[in-house]
Amino acid sequence: MASPSPKSPEQSEKNKQYDRQLRLWGDHGQIALEKGHICLINATALGTEILKSIVLPGVGAITIVDDCTVSEEDIGSNFFLETSSKGLNRGSETLRLILELNPAVQGHAVQEPTGQILQENPDFFKSFTVVIATALGEKTIKELSQHLWDINVTFVLGRSVGFLGSFRIQIKEHAIIESHPDNEQPDLRLDVPFPALSQYLDSIDIETLDLKDHGHIPWIVIIYKAVMKWQKIQNDNRWPMSRKEKNEVRDLIREFIRKDENGIPINEENFEEALRAVTTALCPTFLPVKIQDLIYCSAATNLTKESSPFWIMCSALRGFIEAEGKGKLPLRGVLPDMTASTEHYVKLQNIYRAQAAFEAEAVYRKVQEIINQLHCDCISEADVKLFCRHAHNLHLVRGSSIASEYQSGPVASYIARHLEEPDVMMVHYILLRASEMFRSEHSRAPGDWEPEGDIAILKACVSKLLTDVSCPPFPKDDHVHEMCRYGGAEIHSVSAFLGGCIAQEAIKIITKQYKPVNNLFVYDGASTNTATFTF
Amino acid sequence: MSSGEVQTAEYLQRRWLNIRKLLERSGPFCHPDFEPSAEILDFTMNSCKILIVGAGGLGCELLKDLALMGFKKIHIIDMDTIELSNLNRQFLFRKNDIGLSKAKCAVEFVNKRVPGCEATAHHCAIQDMDDGFYRQFHIVVCGLDSIVARRWLNGMLASLLQYNDDGSLDQSSVIPLVDGGTEGFKGNARVILPGMSACIECTLDLYPPQITFPLCTIANTPRLPEHCIEYVKVLQWSKENPWGNTIPLDGDDPHHVAWVLEKAQERAMKHGISGVTYRLTQGVLKNIIPAVASTNAVIAAACATEVFKLASSCCVNMNNYMVLNIADGVYTYTFSAERRADCVACSNSTKVMALESDATLQTIYTKLCEDQLFMMKSPGITTIINGRNKTLYMSSIKSIEERTRDNLKKKITDLGLYNGAEILVADVTTPNTITIKLNVIENLDVDMPS
Ligand SMILES: [Zn+2]
Repeated sequence: MASPSPKSPEQSEKNKQYDRQLRLWGDHGQIALEKGHICLINATALGTEILKSIVLPGVGAITIVDDCTVSEEDIGSNFFLETSSKGLNRGSETLRLILELNPAVQGHAVQEPTGQILQENPDFFKSFTVVIATALGEKTIKELSQHLWDINVTFVLGRSVGFLGSFRIQIKEHAIIESHPDNEQPDLRLDVPFPALSQYLDSIDIETLDLKDHGHIPWIVIIYKAVMKWQKIQNDNRWPMSRKEKNEVRDLIREFIRKDENGIPINEENFEEALRAVTTALCPTFLPVKIQDLIYCSAATNLTKESSPFWIMCSALRGFIEAEGKGKLPLRGVLPDMTASTEHYVKLQNIYRAQAAFEAEAVYRKVQEIINQLHCDCISEADVKLFCRHAHNLHLVRGSSIASEYQSGPVASYIARHLEEPDVMMVHYILLRASEMFRSEHSRAPGDWEPEGDIAILKACVSKLLTDVSCPPFPKDDHVHEMCRYGGAEIHSVSAFLGGCIAQEAIKIITKQYKPVNNLFVYDGASTNTATFTF
Repeated sequence: MSSGEVQTAEYLQRRWLNIRKLLERSGPFCHPDFEPSAEILDFTMNSCKILIVGAGGLGCELLKDLALMGFKKIHIIDMDTIELSNLNRQFLFRKNDIGLSKAKCAVEFVNKRVPGCEATAHHCAIQDMDDGFYRQFHIVVCGLDSIVARRWLNGMLASLLQYNDDGSLDQSSVIPLVDGGTEGFKGNARVILPGMSACIECTLDLYPPQITFPLCTIANTPRLPEHCIEYVKVLQWSKENPWGNTIPLDGDDPHHVAWVLEKAQERAMKHGISGVTYRLTQGVLKNIIPAVASTNAVIAAACATEVFKLASSCCVNMNNYMVLNIADGVYTYTFSAERRADCVACSNSTKVMALESDATLQTIYTKLCEDQLFMMKSPGITTIINGRNKTLYMSSIKSIEERTRDNLKKKITDLGLYNGAEILVADVTTPNTITIKLNVIENLDVDMPS
């Protein structure tokens, strides 16, 4: 038998290779990723593990800045080095072996020390989407983080010592349209139905439907009818809110269920679903405070020619909410799946979709008005539609600089509060900081040669840090002792854990999808404990 | 290679200095039994045998992680060959490797990259190996995407347990299982000490139920693009047999996928449904789970850390189940999953099934498939009557299924089963036949003679 020839085109090679991740961030996420350029400072085990999980999914380009030569310990913990790499530049060697993972990625290696680049060519960092650094000295951390804050380039600082590790994301402002929440509340508008929805809901009479149709009407209709009946009984146009009222609605839904000749209720799946959906469906339509704050903040109300598309769309959104929207967000236009006949479901889905398109169009018109006034770059209708569809879950991150961790102020008192609790994960952060201070003073890691002798010196560093945040010294030396035991060792599996996390954070930032850590993450591989702090 | 005698012993090399600091020094948070010494690394390198199950997204990471954590005697087993869609995360493979054995490729790469590593590949199914094979390992790490295969492996390790005369567990027969799993941005890692802590079968309720579409929806009232694709897959393909009677639908054949896509689009158009795309079609046909390099890296690393702790005792293990979600920030939660005293796999007790006296064989079959304790796929049921083996029902072999199908409707008493009788059950989820004692309760409705 001859093969039926397919009309549809086969997927491209690239789509096949990236298929499993395109299902997470879509083609537009992939396009954004391929425009991203990552700079890694220091190709340690942690550094290369980060690069691995960014190069594999196909970031546009990477640049490694590293002036170290490869040591035997490097070869023991960094998979992207070979025995023959010993004595060569660590960044160049790592780059060569990591680019093998994905020929589509561009790569560069820079052998100058970071401090020197900061001095002589600070504009070097302007071309990167994200700068990631590992095993950085205290002085460079302060200088680099300040510089990247000033030029508004996102910075991620990773640390990995023994079983401990952390990363800190420094980002001034990061707006996320597609935050991909796990559980999204459906946007049904049963309490404030738009005309097309009202018309459809009113066109159905549950009582007179034949049995087959009765088992195929969507639960949206069932719940709406039950509420109408409830309001009639109450002789009140209130929306049922309390648990008691919702239970009364449920009782009315049960009354709708048809009975057989013996008076036993017939099992109708759509009515079962309606009973389960009462709580979500009766949730009244409202403008979330988070979104309200966003559209009335000064970035959205005082637009300039330099305002980003996000803020222009926020401003247009505010215009819509204050006018046509009557205080509500544009309709999302997504109908959850529910038992129904094809006809009912598709019809209802089209009603929601048409209304959402109509409202998004209104927002788009407002965007165009703003653009005409400001003479700034165009925003496509598709972008505005995407923005409106996700308007319920817009997310904005406003971060703080890493330099602020080294100054007295709100960050210091935040650290102090967690140390008073006492939060062991914050203690780990202090120890990671203290060992950096030790390193800057003694040019080696605490416990590098032998642990016991360094305990007192590291303890002094800890005390200094604690004094800076106005905290009493730790009652016990155990964490100081443990840090000296590590002796600055970088353990591959600990770095691989953090490397995977940091890589995904960088991808989130480049694609502007999913929420990144805000803004310090601490990991203890010994106790399998993690924590997030917001400085 | 020059002889090892004249050089420093490998475990004393500078290359391993990072790990040696952890193993040769004591600290305040060490495992109470930990005795720091250089011999520990010697043990992990030269004696400790590790089995990695699966050479996919997790397996590649695990092999790299363990090789760099000082393990040399690593075996890896996987029956799969390399596909293009693996390359976004299975970093030991290149385009030239497509079609080759995953296990062999992975081993070749790591042995070359990490000097001294002696990894061994097994390009076969886990079911092809017997208990003698599994018994040789000190620790098993599992990075599978199949729940059935994971359960089989868990059952295998549980079957290796031995008990002393007083009924207590012989600790030397315990082979720890470190298990990792990922799905998109979510994952989990756990440590199982078979017979001592919760095993896979103890915690079957942690797996989300599979989403299935009812046949009547697919056939009569489609609403979603997925329903249209399922229709072509389940009903239309076998009716039209586009490539001839003997050719089953292959989700990896782009011509097949294109055909399904076209037919599904026709059906969707007819019903006013939108959204049937190539990607969705392939996703439904192959039951594709999204996957990304980062999640696999994190979960594999968490598993590797636990293997390192088990082998070296340098630290207490996680207790005993960690969930991870990196979609919204980075979130982990570690909790102690509890053992089931009546676990089918890891308990030493007699398994009992309570039945009413009017129960049929179908009742037993349904319980085996749906009861949280068993959750079997296609159990074969036999019993011994008067010393002779009697097959009651078996669906896996067509001729036996046809011969035994009528038994399902029969009452258990009519099949010679009675209170205290034992049935023997075999299934793909377990390597061993499970013996279940029937506890037949007299039906309370029956009038008792006074
Ligand atoms: Zn168990």
